[in-house]
Amino acid sequence: MSALEIRGLEVMRGTHQVLRGFDLIVNPGEIVALMGASGAGKTTVLRAVAALEPISGGTITLGDVSLKPGPVPPESRLGALRAKVGMVFQEHALFEHLSAIENVVLAPVHVRHWQREAAMSKAAQLLDSLGVAERADALPRQLSGGQAQRVAIARALVLDPELLLMDEPTSALDPARRSALADTLRELTEGGRALLISTHDVDFAEACADRIVSLADGSIVQS
Amino acid sequence: MERGDFDVALSGLEDRPELRARHAVSLPYFEFREVLAVRAADSARYRKLSDLSNRRVATLGATMAYQILLDAERESNVIPVSYDDDIHPYSDLVAARVDAVLLDHIIAERSLHRMSGFVVLDSPIATGHYVAVFARADSALRDSADAILRERMRDGSLEKTFREWGVWDSSQSIHFARVLAASSPQGVAAVRNERGSIAAYLPSFLRAAGITLLLSCLSMALAVAIGVLVAAGRVYGSRIVQAPLAVYVEVVRGTPLLLQLFVIYYGLSSVVRLPAFLAAVIGLGLNYAAYESEIYRAALKAIPRVQLEAARTLGLSERQILRFVRGPQALRLALAPMTNDFVALLKDSSLVSVITVVELTKQAAIYATNMGSWVVPGILCAVIYLIFSLPLSRYARRLEKKWSVA
Repeated sequence: MSALEIRGLEVMRGTHQVLRGFDLIVNPGEIVALMGASGAGKTTVLRAVAALEPISGGTITLGDVSLKPGPVPPESRLGALRAKVGMVFQEHALFEHLSAIENVVLAPVHVRHWQREAAMSKAAQLLDSLGVAERADALPRQLSGGQAQRVAIARALVLDPELLLMDEPTSALDPARRSALADTLRELTEGGRALLISTHDVDFAEACADRIVSLADGSIVQS
Repeated sequence: MERGDFDVALSGLEDRPELRARHAVSLPYFEFREVLAVRAADSARYRKLSDLSNRRVATLGATMAYQILLDAERESNVIPVSYDDDIHPYSDLVAARVDAVLLDHIIAERSLHRMSGFVVLDSPIATGHYVAVFARADSALRDSADAILRERMRDGSLEKTFREWGVWDSSQSIHFARVLAASSPQGVAAVRNERGSIAAYLPSFLRAAGITLLLSCLSMALAVAIGVLVAAGRVYGSRIVQAPLAVYVEVVRGTPLLLQLFVIYYGLSSVVRLPAFLAAVIGLGLNYAAYESEIYRAALKAIPRVQLEAARTLGLSERQILRFVRGPQALRLALAPMTNDFVALLKDSSLVSVITVVELTKQAAIYATNMGSWVVPGILCAVIYLIFSLPLSRYARRLEKKWSVA
C-alpha cells in the first residue's frame, strides 16, 4: 500500500485555482521531491496533505485516512491524520518561548500523554542523532538557521510519522549544509518512512530524492 | 481670591478658623444649624450622632459638618461619607445607601421640598455662621462690607431679605442682636488649626493611599479577567459573539470614565444599589477591561500563524494551542502594556471620589481645603503616587527591553 495517494487534487484560493487535477503516489521509504517555480503550487500540495488547506476537488488518501473536498475538518476529527503525517515548515515555526527540547516534547506529553521523562529521553536522543544535542536548552532565537531546522525536524519526528512533509528545507542553508541535510533525510526513510519535499534546489533534489515531480501551473508537467 | 481673580466670595461659606487664618472675613450675617436628617422609619432610634455608631452618615466634603463627623468617627464609630454636592446625600439617604445626613438646616429644608422619605431632626448638632470672604490684603473692602451688613441688620432690610427667601427664624434676631452689640467683629478665633499639621493628617493620608492601592488592584484584577474573556471572544468567537463585544469595547473607550461611574453608582441605583467602593471597582474594572481586551487581542494576533499551524500538525487541540503556544507568548507581549495600564489606572482611580469614595487625591483635597494650601498636601499626594507608579514603570520598561530581543 502506498504511503500517500493523491488523486485529481484541486485547491482554490479565492477565485484562483492553485492546483488543478494533481495526481501523486508516494510509496513507503520513498523520498519524492516536488519541484517547480514559485507559485506553482508545491507548498499548497504539502498544506493540503497536512489538512491546513481546504480542497475543492479530488482525494488525498493515507492508508485508512482520507481527505475529501470541503472545508478543513475540525482538529478533533483529524487525530488519525495527525498521527501519520509530520510537517517541517519553511520558517521552522519553532515555538519561540520554549527551548529546543521543550519544542520537541510538547506534543508527546500533551497529545500522546507520554511520561515526561520518556518524552525527554526520546527527544534528547533525536536531537543527538540530528547533531544538535548541545543546543537542547537554547531558545529558538539563539539557534542558527540550520540548528533551528534540525530542531524542527526532531519535533516532527518525535511522534514517528509515516509521512514527513518538508517545505523548502534548504532555503536557509549554505551549500555544505545542504548535502549534509540530504544525507540526514536519507537516514530518515529507514523503517519505511516516506518523505515529500518541496524544493526549487535541483542539486539538493537530485542528491536526496528517489523521484522528482515537476509542477507547473497547478499540475504535473514531468515525473 | 488671594490671586486676585475675584473680590468677594459669598453664599454659605462657613466661618471656620482655617478661613480666618488666611483671608479677610466679614461679620457673620447668618446663623445656621447643623441638623441630622434620617429616614422617617428611623426617626425614633437615631436622635443624635452617638446613636449612629457603625452607621454611614453623609455630608459635603471639607465642611464643618464633615469635621464633626470625623470627630464622631473617633468618638462613636460613625462612618463619614463625603459628597461633592448637597443633593445626592439626601437621595442616597432615601435609597438606604446612607443612614443619616448631617448638613446645614437650610440645605436640609430645601431638600425636604425636593423629595420625601426622610425627616429632619429638630435638635441641632451644632451651630455655625455664614460669612463673606475677601482677600487678606483687601481688609478695606471687608470693612465697608461689614458696615453695610451692620446697617442692614439694624434697619431690618436684611431680615426682610431673609424673610422673602423663607430663611428667617427667631435665632437670626438673637444672632443679629449679638453681632450689633459686639464692638469688634464676632466669630471664631483666627488661629491656625492644629488639624492642619502633617502629623494629624498622616494616618488618614496613609489610609487613603491604602484605599487607592486596594481599589486599583481589585479593579485591575477584574479588568484582566474580563479583558481576557472579551479578547478570547473576539479572536475565537463566532460573529454573534464578536459583535456585542466590539460594541462594548467601543462604547467604553468612547465615553468618559466619569460618566460611567455616575451611571453605575447613581444611574443604576433604582435597579441595583451598589455600595460606593464596589461601584468604583466595577466602574474602573469594566472601563479598563475594554483597554486590556484590546491589548490581549493584539497580542494574540501577533503570534505568527505558522506557529499555530505547526501546533496543529502536531495534533494539539485549539484549546491546547491557546494554553501552550499562543497564550504564553501573547502574555509576554501584553505584560509591558498591562503594567503601563495599571499605572494609568492607579491615577484614574482618583475619579471615584465623585461617587463618595475617599481615596488619595480626595484626601489631599480635603487636607488642602482645611489647611488653605495645596503645597504640602499636593507634594505628599504626588510622592505617594510616585512611590506606587515609578517601580511599576521601571518594571514595564525592563520587560519591554527583555522581550524586544526576541
